[in-house]
Amino acid sequence: MIDKLSWITIYPEVVLLVMACIIALVDLSGEPGARRTRTYVLTLATLAVVAVLTGLNAADGKTIYGFGGMVVSDPMGNWLKCFATIALMVTLIYGRPYAADRDMLRGGEMFTISMFALLGIFVMMSGSNFLVIYLGLELLTLSSYALVALRRDNAVASEAAMKYFVLGAMASGFLLYGLSMMYGATGSLDINEVFKAISTHKVNHQVLVFGLVFIVAGLGFKVGAAPFHMWVPDVYQGAPTAVTLLIGAAPELAAFAIIIRLLVEGLLPLAIDWQQMLALLAIASLLVGNLAAIAQTNLKRMLAYSTISQMGFMLLGLVAGVVNGNTYNAQFAYSASMFYIVTYVLTTLASFGIILLLAREGFESEEIVDLAGLNQRSPLYAGVMAVAMFSLAGLPPLVGFYAKLAVLQALIASGQAIYIGLAVFAVIMSLVGAFYYLRIVKVMYFDKPVTASTVSASIDVRFVLTLNGALILILGIVPGGLMTLCAKAIIATLTS
Amino acid sequence: MGLLSLAIWVPIAFGAVLLAFGRDEHATAVRWIALIGSILSFIVTIPLFTRFQNGSAAMQFVEKEGWIDRFHVNYHLGIDGISMWLVLLTSFITVVVVISAWEVITERVNQYMGAFLILSGFMIGVFSALDGLLFYVFFEATLIPMYLIIGIWGGPNKIYAAFKFFLYTLLGSLLMLVALIFLYNKSGGSFDILTWHQLPLTGSVQTFLFFAFFAAFAVKVPTWPVHTWLPDVHVEAPTGGSAVLAAIMLKLGAYGFLRFSMPIAPDASHEWAWLMITLSLIAVIYVGLVALVQQDMKKLVAYSSVAHMGFVTLGFFIFSELGVSGGIVQMIAHGFVSGAMFLGIGVLYDRVHSRQIADYGGVVNTMPKFAAFALLFAMANCGLPGTAGFVGEWMVILGAVKYNFWIGFGAATALIFGAAYTLWMYKRVYLGPVGNHHVKELKDINAREFVMLSLLAIAVLWMGLYPKPFTDAMNASVDGLLKHVAVSKIPR
Repeated sequence: MIDKLSWITIYPEVVLLVMACIIALVDLSGEPGARRTRTYVLTLATLAVVAVLTGLNAADGKTIYGFGGMVVSDPMGNWLKCFATIALMVTLIYGRPYAADRDMLRGGEMFTISMFALLGIFVMMSGSNFLVIYLGLELLTLSSYALVALRRDNAVASEAAMKYFVLGAMASGFLLYGLSMMYGATGSLDINEVFKAISTHKVNHQVLVFGLVFIVAGLGFKVGAAPFHMWVPDVYQGAPTAVTLLIGAAPELAAFAIIIRLLVEGLLPLAIDWQQMLALLAIASLLVGNLAAIAQTNLKRMLAYSTISQMGFMLLGLVAGVVNGNTYNAQFAYSASMFYIVTYVLTTLASFGIILLLAREGFESEEIVDLAGLNQRSPLYAGVMAVAMFSLAGLPPLVGFYAKLAVLQALIASGQAIYIGLAVFAVIMSLVGAFYYLRIVKVMYFDKPVTASTVSASIDVRFVLTLNGALILILGIVPGGLMTLCAKAIIATLTS
Repeated sequence: MGLLSLAIWVPIAFGAVLLAFGRDEHATAVRWIALIGSILSFIVTIPLFTRFQNGSAAMQFVEKEGWIDRFHVNYHLGIDGISMWLVLLTSFITVVVVISAWEVITERVNQYMGAFLILSGFMIGVFSALDGLLFYVFFEATLIPMYLIIGIWGGPNKIYAAFKFFLYTLLGSLLMLVALIFLYNKSGGSFDILTWHQLPLTGSVQTFLFFAFFAAFAVKVPTWPVHTWLPDVHVEAPTGGSAVLAAIMLKLGAYGFLRFSMPIAPDASHEWAWLMITLSLIAVIYVGLVALVQQDMKKLVAYSSVAHMGFVTLGFFIFSELGVSGGIVQMIAHGFVSGAMFLGIGVLYDRVHSRQIADYGGVVNTMPKFAAFALLFAMANCGLPGTAGFVGEWMVILGAVKYNFWIGFGAATALIFGAAYTLWMYKRVYLGPVGNHHVKELKDINAREFVMLSLLAIAVLWMGLYPKPFTDAMNASVDGLLKHVAVSKIPR
């Protein structure tokens, strides 16, 4: 069963796994207390290689099944892997000075564990079997729990880790329960087999829908959609900021991937049912996220609620795929969501990059007022943050606008009055959202700075952060390429 | 690169260069670069006028490139007789605003100048976009620099004003976005505005579109009763911000009515014309009365702007050649006059740091040159023949009288209020004995301010004495628009 083709599907994963082990060993032989330069460079080099490998696979555009259909290598998965790897690289670049200042680099586990988290993400993205996807999910979440608890002596971080673990375990349980019901109903763990079994209509619909509820609830936990969002603000706030970015950026891509794998590739015949559930999740997320974000004074907490609302918007795209049993709108809807999640991750990296940059030793810089007068201290970084905020608010000519546009277009293209109503609701909610994003800009540009010290950063952080901000703007001016990329990836997934 | 692209991107490029400057030690260089950039951008727009083919209703200087293939969005530019003047107005006012800020702005000069130049490019983009999404991108993008301009350099209550400005206008535009996407789907996947003009649409769809566009454009104009953000914002905004806001940004809304609401939903426009006319008349008469009782000069001019823009929408929705061209002429005239009024208040404010009418009196004694300019602009504001203010209002009233005597009568009475509040303010600020020691110590305008006011004075007089070039260029386009609007688009 393990043939040459099977290895081709997973060789980036193999590189990642082998290198993660090697780097863990190499890290043992360094002098303690350093900034782990050797581990850091090795990790980045490995990630760069992996990003190139997955990128090449993705550009290849082929869909290959391996290991007897357990894993799949398709453009969507490969592009998302490539983006997730880049996101992790950027996260580590932004996070290293912060982690070093907080004595989180005594050992190199931040680098190695995050590589294992990435491996989990990869497995989730390429899983074509319920069990493989679940394995990937557990690898990711277990790594994440450890990362959140990385500051063992910090009570807040430990509490966050505990919450994350308990709620995360419950979500995994939900998901596993739902998947097992699917298995019971269809007699297969293979996503394509499940699809076939359901589309023949020989399976008891009630059992399916019952299992579906658990699957959607589990997925809702993972993406942090309301009403399963409770862990998001606490974990975002409690975790060390570098880790917040780690669990808030790359894993979102994985969450999107498994939604597509499970709900679209596996359970598309049940679209009517899960679309309704996702629509409710989306409405609740938009409401809760946007309204609660207004009241926050803590920047990380505000961004957590903003994430909830952004995920709500992303889910709206998935809602419009199947209209009256017709899938003509599916490629627009799902590629809109993919574009949304990719640009969201890009923007999140920039905003957390600024928070990490401003956090100095013994000073977390996580209150909104800590940004006061940033424009006077550093116009460049204030500009990057402003671009990120305006983009999250969905203002042209920034990339966040096109993400919202694509989702709205998918909703309106369905031609259903109820979806047009949803679009208007989303639009009004994004006006509410604009208020708190604007407040960040207000604090940076209109308020007097608390300290006059200028902001300094090492050359790698400075370069990547500038590039990150510029990319939000550049992709806003020429969004066509990324849009087409997402569309092609989704079409390949839908037709395979 | 075509002329229109140059007109859009030259100021944006200069603005971006300015933003790259660091702290204020290079302020002088920054000012000169900004001035050169704005003058260059004005020079680039001049050929748009000299090479313009009068008598053609077609779009001219058209540029079309693919932009976002996925949504069939094109980088599609072009101007007709309606938008050509607005493009020129924008680049002209930008030069004046850069001059007006010369010594006044001392903090973060590079960001101030950069924001204005970028804003100018965006606004030219709005006036020349022929693609719905491109229009929206420019339309929305103008909010960002304006928000920063109000918030950073504004008055004591600037933050409230900045938020009010942003959120009010954003709500309107977001509803317009839904309408644009709806049209995109309705037209089978096209964002081309001219294609949309040809779409057959049922009555209820047209009504939906009309009100979605109304949300965006009426707030921007602003039409009564959604005008309340304007006085607040004007009072808090810095002088240059007020001038650009009144002179150009309000026109984005009025222009939207001409480019979107009327041609895309002509039947709904006819059906709801009574509403637009009523709201316009309320703006003209009621807001005119509100202006009469203002104590703050900026607020007075802000309310007078609402009233004057009421003439514009009134002219549009009586659907006659006189009305529509009158409205457009009024848009341009108001651009010059309100810009001048706000810059004049800025001149006084820089010296006394008060905008209260009561703090002045007898300014003519200490600032005779300035008072002469102010008198000219005040006269233009009340619509005295020979000034720019007269032509548009006269055309609109003439059109309105033909449409319905009482509507014309109502609009004409408003001229009296206009004259009353403007002249009364002029009397209280400039005439009579010297009011207090602040006024006594006032210095007359310097060479920079003289140049700035002269530019506007020339424009005001030119347009008042010889409006023919303005109306000639727009005649064909207005004709075309009216012919188009007269045909029902409800499919049979």
